[in-house]
Amino acid sequence: MDDFVYAETDPAELARYREEVEAWMNENMPRRDPVNPWHPTQDDDERSSRNRELQRRLSDGGYAAVCYPKEYGGQSLTAAHQKIIDDVSMDFDMPILFSVPTLSICGPVILEFGTEEQKQRYIPAWIRGDELWVQFISEPSGGSDMAGALTRADRDGEEFIINGSKIWSTFAQRSDYALMLARTNWEVPKHRGLTMFIVPIHHPGIEIHPIQMVDRTEEFCQEFFNDVVIPAENVVGEVDDGWTVASRLLFHERASVGNASPYTQGRHRNRTADGVEDLAAIARDHGGADVGRHRQRLGYLETLSRVEELLSDRVVKGIEGGFLPAPAGSLVRLFHGLSRTERQTVAMEMQGDRALVWNQGEDTGAFGTEYVQRQQACIGGGTTEMARNIISERILGMPREPAADRDLPFNQVPRSG
Amino acid sequence: MRFDLSDDQEFFRETARRFIEAEVPISVVREWHDLPDGCPPSWWQSAAELGWTSLMVPESMGGGSISGRPVVDLTIVADEMGRGVTPGPFMPTNVVADTLGRSGSSDQQALLEGVLAGEVVLGWAFCEPGGDWTASQVAAEAAPANGAYVLTGTKTAVEAGAQAHHLLVTAQSPEGLAQFLLPSDTPGLTVTPQESLDLGRRFAEVRLDGVAVGPDALVGQPGAATEADVERQRQVMTVLQCADNAGSAARVLEFTVQYAFDRYSFGRPLASYQALKHRFADMKLWSEASQAAVDGAADALADGADEARMVSVAKAYVGDHSVELMHDCVQMHGGIGVTYEHDLHLYLRRATVNRGLFGTPGDHRVCLSEMMGY
Repeated sequence: MDDFVYAETDPAELARYREEVEAWMNENMPRRDPVNPWHPTQDDDERSSRNRELQRRLSDGGYAAVCYPKEYGGQSLTAAHQKIIDDVSMDFDMPILFSVPTLSICGPVILEFGTEEQKQRYIPAWIRGDELWVQFISEPSGGSDMAGALTRADRDGEEFIINGSKIWSTFAQRSDYALMLARTNWEVPKHRGLTMFIVPIHHPGIEIHPIQMVDRTEEFCQEFFNDVVIPAENVVGEVDDGWTVASRLLFHERASVGNASPYTQGRHRNRTADGVEDLAAIARDHGGADVGRHRQRLGYLETLSRVEELLSDRVVKGIEGGFLPAPAGSLVRLFHGLSRTERQTVAMEMQGDRALVWNQGEDTGAFGTEYVQRQQACIGGGTTEMARNIISERILGMPREPAADRDLPFNQVPRSG
Repeated sequence: MRFDLSDDQEFFRETARRFIEAEVPISVVREWHDLPDGCPPSWWQSAAELGWTSLMVPESMGGGSISGRPVVDLTIVADEMGRGVTPGPFMPTNVVADTLGRSGSSDQQALLEGVLAGEVVLGWAFCEPGGDWTASQVAAEAAPANGAYVLTGTKTAVEAGAQAHHLLVTAQSPEGLAQFLLPSDTPGLTVTPQESLDLGRRFAEVRLDGVAVGPDALVGQPGAATEADVERQRQVMTVLQCADNAGSAARVLEFTVQYAFDRYSFGRPLASYQALKHRFADMKLWSEASQAAVDGAADALADGADEARMVSVAKAYVGDHSVELMHDCVQMHGGIGVTYEHDLHLYLRRATVNRGLFGTPGDHRVCLSEMMGY
């Protein structure tokens, strides 16, 4: 499976579906507060209960994760149906926390590699809003070099003993399970000694430390594993073949970041960077005298935002029609990183001084803070440099970067500190 | 190239490409640079036989599109012509034919038969020296005189101006913006060929020294109706320029990627250097995003939905990124890239002209900002 299936769908059927979704959302989902919207990542408690409750509502109505197969709690519908739900749901509070990584990254991995027992056990639980998942993939020792994982899983009969540390998991403390990549064989080159596991998060031997970001939010965590015992039935795919699974996980991550996944639900809104129209109003009120420069930059933002949507559609069509290889999702990822940082920059400038120094009780400083951490858009979900490697190597067919560790047994690979 | 072509559109595209490759390979493009008219009239008639001038003409007048969405079909040809840096009065002839088909008198529409046969070339005399390619810059005057008009003014950068058999002239009349269709031999009308950065297409200055025309020369009603026509003409012209540049950029990137595979330095191909691979990745992004922007604008025009915005988005994006891509490809080639012998400058010249005429990317960014209320 190299890409998603986007079945041809009858326009009349889709129009009917849109009406149905609108009617249901109006009746059943809370309307988004335009002035002070609820932010799904700033959920009210330690369990992300509101996300879970909203996911449950969607599920009860038959509008949750509709691209999943019926036998696991989905609706076996097409990406076009999910897109309708996404469009309509812009006016409503949505359980965005379930979108990434649970439904759009971990989900397709389990669908593709999981045993029948694993699929029956876990997929319906996500769709109903009972269980949230995270990824334990990145490690403190190496950002983009995921195959260089140092966390170890040593076999002991029907169990594995896990030791090591993972980082950049999203809200691990509020979640239930993780997909974890760990090293099971140190005698073979790095890609051939990894295994993917399902790990219960609130489990003896696991310590979770939230990481405070530049804006002082604690979205990401680092985890420490100290003799954590996991049953062998939690292996996803084959032992020592975890890189095959991880490669697909990364593919789904890029699709998800690039808006090309049919498994995401709803769209994330960013207060300071979305809504170019809002920025025009801010520029009018606070932009100061440099009208010509602001016009250029606003016009450019509008251009970027429209072209990003068009590019995203083109890439989906291109992959679907065989015009572009599946890694073309990296084009959208790269565009997104560059356009988002530009937007954060312009948004900050439009605020004038108020993004830099503000009165107590005002929140214009958020524009300054987001500007300070704007490179996050070019780092998280795979850096823009990795995207450029993928585009040049896997779309344009250029030679791969030389890797000193490619054929060395992993225990002989030089590593930092 | 679009990813959603129907079988008919794909056949049309493939035919256009084969025709260009067979009839006007780059060696011929260079030969034609010496022709005063830019291309042999007989070749333009062959192009017309393939349907290059019929797409915007209504079926009732002998024309017809491939898909029922003529602007989209037109961008297919523009894309292929951009790939081949193909000369010919393609853009002005189609843009003016579109307006004649929609707003022209029956006498004016009778000319379309010649357009369909490739025997009649049309030009649009719009921009004026120092002007910014908007309708509000038009200062040429259409003064009423005994039920007729006297036209006075100067137009610049009129594509195919000296080749056109008829010129559509945009001018200000007491009833508002007006357009007139004039045979090129009308007394008082002086057409002088201009030099151009683009070595393939032809441009001219058009002077109107008290040109007396009857009311039958009017195309459509002066005022709001003509303003709408002019806006449509600008939009179609702009999307064709963008399609042309997207096609050029895609082609330039193709042969530059090939060059990076073939060219070795320090014992390895250029394509193996990460510093260059990352620049190629950016260029691939610009190329695909440019094509997406062209398709979005063509769709908006075909559907009549938000077309002013989407056309400006396309020009603002494609205008800059296609040309920057070509400069970067020159850089990838090194010294050979800045020689007359290499083909790169043919593309860069044409793309730079497209970038600037009918509004620069900066002009279109300002338009977008105004649409957003700032």
